[in-house]
Amino acid sequence: MPEPQPAAQFAHLPQQHEVAQLGIWTFLATEVLFFGALLLSYAVYRSADPAAFAEAARHTKIAIGTINTAILLTSSFLVAWAVAVVKTGGSRFAAFLLWSAAALGLSFIGLKGVEYAMEYGEHLLPGFGFRYDGPASQSVALFFSFYIVATVIHAIHVAVGIAVFAVIGRRAYQHAYSGSYHSPVIVFGLYWHFVDIVWIFLFALIYLPGRSG
Amino acid sequence: MGNWVPRGNPFWPNADSAYAGSVDLLFLALCAVAFLVFSLLLVLLLRFAIHYRAGNRDADRDARIRKSWMFESAWTAATFVGFVALFFWGATLYLDIYRPPAGADTIYVVGKQWMWKVQHLGGQREINELHIPVNEAVRLIMSSQDVIHSFFMPEFRIKHDVLPGTSEELWVKPVKTGIFHLFCAEYCGTDHSRMTGRIVVMQHEEFSDWLRRQDVDGTLAAQGAALFRQFGCSGCHTSGSRVRAPPLEGLYGRPVPLSGGTIEVADERYIRDSILQPRKQVVAGYEPLMPSFEGKLSEDELVRLLAYVKSLAANPEAPQ
Amino acid sequence: MSGDKNYITVNNSIRSWLFTTDHKRVAILYFASITLFFFIGGAAAALMRLELVSPAGHFFTSDEYNRLFTMHGVIMVWFFLIPSIPNTLGNFIVPLMIGARDLAFPRLNLTSWYLFMAGGATTLYALFKGGIDTGWTFYTPFSTMYSNSYVAIAVAGVFIVGFSSILTGLNFIVTIHRLRAPGLTWYRLPLFLWSLYATSAILVLATPVLAMTLLLIALDRVFGIGIFDPARGGDPLLFQHLFWFYSHPAVYIMILPGMGVVSELIACYSRKEVFGYSFVAWSAIAIACIGFFVWGHHMFVSGQSPFAGLVFSFMSFAVAVPSAIKVFNWTATMHKGWVHFDAPMLYALGFIGLFTFGGLSGLFLACLAYDVYVTDTYFVIAHFHYIMVGGMVTAYFGGLHYWWPKITGRMYPEYWARAAAILIFFGFNMTFLPQFILGVLGMPRRYHVYPPEFEIWHVLSSAGASILVVAYALPLFYLGWSIFFGERSSANPWQTTGLEWQTSSPPPPHNFAATPTVTRKPYDFNVNGEPRAQNA
Repeated sequence: MPEPQPAAQFAHLPQQHEVAQLGIWTFLATEVLFFGALLLSYAVYRSADPAAFAEAARHTKIAIGTINTAILLTSSFLVAWAVAVVKTGGSRFAAFLLWSAAALGLSFIGLKGVEYAMEYGEHLLPGFGFRYDGPASQSVALFFSFYIVATVIHAIHVAVGIAVFAVIGRRAYQHAYSGSYHSPVIVFGLYWHFVDIVWIFLFALIYLPGRSG
Repeated sequence: MGNWVPRGNPFWPNADSAYAGSVDLLFLALCAVAFLVFSLLLVLLLRFAIHYRAGNRDADRDARIRKSWMFESAWTAATFVGFVALFFWGATLYLDIYRPPAGADTIYVVGKQWMWKVQHLGGQREINELHIPVNEAVRLIMSSQDVIHSFFMPEFRIKHDVLPGTSEELWVKPVKTGIFHLFCAEYCGTDHSRMTGRIVVMQHEEFSDWLRRQDVDGTLAAQGAALFRQFGCSGCHTSGSRVRAPPLEGLYGRPVPLSGGTIEVADERYIRDSILQPRKQVVAGYEPLMPSFEGKLSEDELVRLLAYVKSLAANPEAPQ
Repeated sequence: MSGDKNYITVNNSIRSWLFTTDHKRVAILYFASITLFFFIGGAAAALMRLELVSPAGHFFTSDEYNRLFTMHGVIMVWFFLIPSIPNTLGNFIVPLMIGARDLAFPRLNLTSWYLFMAGGATTLYALFKGGIDTGWTFYTPFSTMYSNSYVAIAVAGVFIVGFSSILTGLNFIVTIHRLRAPGLTWYRLPLFLWSLYATSAILVLATPVLAMTLLLIALDRVFGIGIFDPARGGDPLLFQHLFWFYSHPAVYIMILPGMGVVSELIACYSRKEVFGYSFVAWSAIAIACIGFFVWGHHMFVSGQSPFAGLVFSFMSFAVAVPSAIKVFNWTATMHKGWVHFDAPMLYALGFIGLFTFGGLSGLFLACLAYDVYVTDTYFVIAHFHYIMVGGMVTAYFGGLHYWWPKITGRMYPEYWARAAAILIFFGFNMTFLPQFILGVLGMPRRYHVYPPEFEIWHVLSSAGASILVVAYALPLFYLGWSIFFGERSSANPWQTTGLEWQTSSPPPPHNFAATPTVTRKPYDFNVNGEPRAQNA
């Protein structure tokens, strides 16, 4: 197998690797602010009417939410494992791990779909026949607006991750990565962990209010 | 095009409210600072550009300044100190401009696309005009029925945005009689530029006379009392009613303990929110039973109810 | 090596341009696109000025007028000013200045141009389908509930172009961090790069907030989720906070690159290193940082808490300090220098005057009690046009002339260029000085019809605008002419420092035959104004 060469704009491979790392961290900074604007809006409306947000949160499907959290955390673990493996040259095994992570991502999206279907049936999705009786209906609608926007955007991020892992899994299977060149695995691993962390925040904000004590 | 104010000076803005003079003084101070900085810069710029032009080979270019930090700290400190002074001046005046003096009379303003509706306490109503007495402070309680507007009286040096879903206020004390501009200053759609009107400032006697000449069906509070019965508020909020609701007598301006443990002063915005969003601020010791009136009351009706509830503060009797 | 071929002649098929990853070619693609948008946005402005000649308006209905100023704002802000210097001059010059063969992510760079074009096409589609009438600020609930125009499509266009901004910012940050030539330490970087670095940080951190906010507006229009609608419990002030959290830093996105260009020009044409280099460099960073905490000064009369107003006012005064530092340092740079008055220097001097004037008028707006009077009047319009047009556009033209020989390999005609610079300066002042007066007189902005007492100032302003139209069209002709007939330029026609002048004009596809090594500070002129060699 020929040694991988750096792209034309780089002097050597380590420089290319550093560039990729800095690039993804900068991209993640952008993402933090992207979700940050949404979380800020949530915080503003929740603090205006905490009781209604707790009431709304009790309508979310916590069982599915919890299973999905476990699924994403597991997939993140597999990705971290793949990074460790690919560094020592275990490219085939890394491919298997990446594909498994992608499969877990798919099941996450599948479960999310089931959840949306249930909520659609209960008229909880604003824009799709939302109906809620009771004095808190306005704030409940805001909660579910936030819920659907945040989770759909998150699911799009998951879908992108799945596609990327399918591709770099294949490249890993073909031994494209080695101890000296494997930055795509690290870079998209970081992306996947970020998506995971966003979910942990969303889980706490969506499923947990009003469920303690 | 009918309602432009027929006077106005294209070279200097008139200043006709109690604080307009102070605002203009601040403007002159800002001008002075800007002029000083700008002319200093311009003189140096032109002097260096001309004297050190490449064609002038005789200019003394030896002993260039090497240590720059003394200059840097000097001009950083000087601008900073100047700016802080301007900040304090502007800030204190700003707080004054928006702090109404005690005892100012209240007038209600509702903005909607594309007109201003005004309601006086006596029940007098006007559209795109505001009659007020000279040398008396008035408070404007303002809300919008649709989008964001901004109530702007240039000769009085005051404006404030008027928002849907909440009430905002400003106060003004004109010092000259006459007719003045009223503009909408926040872009609000097609006829934004026609959402204008006249402020008519009159002598006290003339103003009372004007108020008397208007057709009214009762004071604003009396109109509000009728709505109070019509919408069924009286069913719960009167002393003899079966359902226990917080009494409204003497409510306005008092601190109210809420069920969350906080205390809120019952101002216009509180009363308004309590009518539209009763569940959000429940008075301590009461059940959250009251239905929301959001979407059931127009802004005008809300204003009249507000005036009625406020009138109960001065009149501790139960409503009849 | 491809012999003597430069980046233009190396391959001239359409395909090679559309699929290029060469930063210089992407810069040219951007240059062509933003020039188009500049003239579309300018046409809208010209029509507005024409309509405002008469207080009652003659040519347009109010709805048409409202669509004109919205189109002017949206196009000029997102499709001209924000990409102007970074995506054209920046794209071209950054790798050359740091001695690199390309940007860190060449394909991402091309992607960013395609996103820009997609966003531009979407927005133009909305504008020509019937336009939008919300103003470029998209204030809710007007934009979400009341406007009968193509808000969702226009907002989608801006959303897309936001990602093009983010990718450019990301590319610059990584490139400046990781691709500098050996020996090119941070304190040897030309000031243009410090400015672009600060700009990029804002692009990366502020743009996503706008993206999310616009997304919520579009979703509100399409699905009625009501997040900013007070009738459904939403808060329109929250929208304003989110919008200005992006849009005030965006003002610094628009002006910081201009400051960077002017630092280059002043040093080059004074034949002297920039006075207080590190202060000028760090003031760019300071502007970027403080600039994130001043957004509330757009909301002093909007109903936000008065105490928030105090904080934002103070921060707004504070952010003016680093700008003042820059202006003083540029002036001091000319002291005991060898000042040449080539066209780029005329633009730079014009920039200093107009930017300082505009910046000082910013103090009036930062000052709470006076802002209450002049906010939402023509004072604000005049203020930000002094910064954006008098400042940024002037700097853009200055930079364009300065690097024109490097980009095209041809000299521009000096006589015409000076004439245009002077004409722009006078046309600009004649257009916008009267607008300051209108503001002080209390004339509200976004007014289609207005009281007759303001007429004289509007007429003057429109007269100035007609000069400005000619002045801005002039470079189009003589620069276009020079591409074919201009005198051929040497590698370093200005006899100045900087790595971009060490390679041929136009540069070869991969910029440098051998990676240069840097051993000296930037702007290293001797006392006679001659450059010392940059690389060992």
